Amino acid sequence: MATHNLTRVVTGLAKKNLPACLLKRTSINSFVVTKRHATHFKFYPDPPPIDCGPTEKMNLFQSLTSAMDISLSSDPTTLVFGEDVAFGGVFRCTVDLKEKYGQDRVFNTPLCEQGIAGFAIGAAVAGSTVVAEMQFADYIFPAFDQIVNEAAKYRYRSGGLFECGKLTIRSPCGVVGHGGLYHSQTPEAHFAHAAGLKIVIPRSPIQAKGLLLACVRDDNPCLFFEPKILYRAAEEDVPVGDYTLPLGKAEVVRLGHDVTMIGYGTQVHVLKEVAEMAHDELGISCEVIDLVTITPWDEEAVCKSAAKTGRVIVSHESSLTGGFAAEIASTIQKECFLNLEAPVERVCGYDTPFPHILEPYFIPDKWRCFEAVKNVTNY
Amino acid sequence: MSVGRFINCAAIKAAYVSAFRQTFHGAAISAVRYKSTTPQSEDQLGMKIIGGPRSFINKLEFLEPKLEDAIPIYRVYDTEGKILDGTQDPKLSEDVLHQMYHSMIMLNTMDEVMYSAQRQGRISFYMTNYGEEASHIGSAAALDKRDLVFGQYREAGVLVWRGFTLDEFMDQCYANVNDPAAGKQMPVHYGSRDLNFVTISSPLATQMPQASGAAYALKRTHPGLCVICYFGEGAASEGDAHAAFNFAATLDAPCLFFCRNNGYAISTPAHEQYRGDGIAARGSGYGMITIRIDGNDVLAVYNATKKARQIAIEESRPVLIEAMTYRVGHHSTSDDSTAYRAKEEIEEWTSGDNPINRFKFYLINERQCWDEERDKALAAECKKQVLKAFTAAEKRKKPSPSLLFTDVYDDLPPNLVKQRQEMVDHLGKYSKHYPLDDHEPV
Repeated sequence: MATHNLTRVVTGLAKKNLPACLLKRTSINSFVVTKRHATHFKFYPDPPPIDCGPTEKMNLFQSLTSAMDISLSSDPTTLVFGEDVAFGGVFRCTVDLKEKYGQDRVFNTPLCEQGIAGFAIGAAVAGSTVVAEMQFADYIFPAFDQIVNEAAKYRYRSGGLFECGKLTIRSPCGVVGHGGLYHSQTPEAHFAHAAGLKIVIPRSPIQAKGLLLACVRDDNPCLFFEPKILYRAAEEDVPVGDYTLPLGKAEVVRLGHDVTMIGYGTQVHVLKEVAEMAHDELGISCEVIDLVTITPWDEEAVCKSAAKTGRVIVSHESSLTGGFAAEIASTIQKECFLNLEAPVERVCGYDTPFPHILEPYFIPDKWRCFEAVKNVTNY
Repeated sequence: MSVGRFINCAAIKAAYVSAFRQTFHGAAISAVRYKSTTPQSEDQLGMKIIGGPRSFINKLEFLEPKLEDAIPIYRVYDTEGKILDGTQDPKLSEDVLHQMYHSMIMLNTMDEVMYSAQRQGRISFYMTNYGEEASHIGSAAALDKRDLVFGQYREAGVLVWRGFTLDEFMDQCYANVNDPAAGKQMPVHYGSRDLNFVTISSPLATQMPQASGAAYALKRTHPGLCVICYFGEGAASEGDAHAAFNFAATLDAPCLFFCRNNGYAISTPAHEQYRGDGIAARGSGYGMITIRIDGNDVLAVYNATKKARQIAIEESRPVLIEAMTYRVGHHSTSDDSTAYRAKEEIEEWTSGDNPINRFKFYLINERQCWDEERDKALAAECKKQVLKAFTAAEKRKKPSPSLLFTDVYDDLPPNLVKQRQEMVDHLGKYSKHYPLDDHEPV
């Protein structure tokens, strides 16, 4: 799929009268796209997985709908809820599910994230499969206590008498071109510190469906952060049937031998483009790894690649300090110290809040990553 | 769907208010219920009002909460155990009454022994239930044992009623090898799958929205059952309490919210916790049916909980119960409450409005099914049983250090396999610096 122009995406939304998806607590009228600029990445679609049956062209939000549809139809205890979920969700991820499965299974909740998380945990403890939506990852923090102190620790504190493994919390995250402080964040690092959670971030519609179904069926509470810029910008031929993809397994999405680049979500596409640039302009061969699962993460795959190339770049949109790249870099230096030819480079958002009009300067775009490739190879 | 249509969708949710009064066990209850059956309401001018019908006035008038409108407290017997209105005596069988009384005495005895044990340094922590025995036993006895309990931390009596054994209590407090949670939590953080009592966690009020969600799930999978959620008047100040009430009310969850208003949140008295008429007054704001009861009157607690359970299940809605009681003991063994309240105040509640004595008076005077001799014998028997379990629990080994890593996930991910091995290797080198002799082998 060709590069999407931001304004085209937004216009597309407006035509469907869905600008609400871009704003939660600001009025729609106050939101005006004043300047066009290209999206910061090129989406690289994957071929459909083999042996997963017939496929249909789906974008990422449609592939998520398909996953939830399968969960609702195959498991009578499945509940899907959150703010504005009943009419299809502000990002359209739950379209028609209420009509199909009834209001007692697909429903709106009051506007209260700690309530959504607490209610979801309780329903899961009582035996329901739960797919709860936090409308934006930026607004998940009122639920932090419920997720970190309750969901993550339920099994541990009761010795397995009670647990909420049937819980999955979905939430749109990440850079979108114009989200500013409160419609852009990816809070994976905040939650990665809480043992007991699985945190997953997909990069494509095929992955999103298979991973969401894996999270729903995994016997541990999962946080599923969906890069919202991919909801419409990413299209693939997605299997219409039921399939899952493994959690805790990284994926090598491009083989190479000079430099290892590690990312997840949208950033994988940035890194893939950088790998092309490095190849074309510098003659450098880059291996690109999609971490897929933030916790528990695939140390083996990462260290194997790092040991092979000796030069590693870890990149994510979230801020540098305390970001998950630090965890990865730290493990690499311990496990692959003698293999390293250069210090592990982190290319991340700066240690500032997420800025609105200054976003192009904040994000770890292809030019900053490209420079990092030069740095690690010239060290 | 257009944005305009989206707003209209909200308008469809416009509700109307119907106020009605219902009598239950002689107590008048005001209830406001919101129904979503009418698409919208209109005022005299034909204006559509979102969020329910409203009338208009032309005089500038603010609402002032009035003390004389305070919600009354429902009670069955007085402080001498004398029945106030014969129609309100649930006339429970002597067997049930004795079982209730036995549970209260057992709870009280266990508290005495464990409190002393903590003072002697034999366990790390304890929380007594003194003064609140009636609220535990009265509510527990009115439930179906399959109803799911979400407690705060001071509801050990509910477990006593359901049959949690003294060994189970003691093993948890001693964090020994028989504790199902392998000693991972502080004392009094009990839980039992068999008895449908969700394991206690320390954070306050987090159990409340979970109770709403569990009640919603139970309604679908186990109609005829409900959830009871215990919390204190201090916990009711947490955001989670608001979330729980609002979610249970809007999503029609059969959940009993049982507030133990015991007057104190550690040192903070209730009057510094809220303005207005306590916790019960919040009920109608959420469209919840509500009652305030005498929490030291075990029969009032029983009647209210039983009726509330029936309403919750039959009408698929939450019910709020505010039980007025008094925390006679310190908050925990880490607290000395004489630093913030007068000894006379504690004494007044201990002797004047003691829930166990009141029940005993009822049994002796109203039912003639108890006497002082049997009372002494029961106290002695309870003490004997508690001490036996206590001694046995104290002797048991602590769990294997390897269990530190279990139950984080359903199975051990590679990082924990690695970290467990690191710990084992470390203990191999530095064993003399760790209390390994107290534990099961690594």
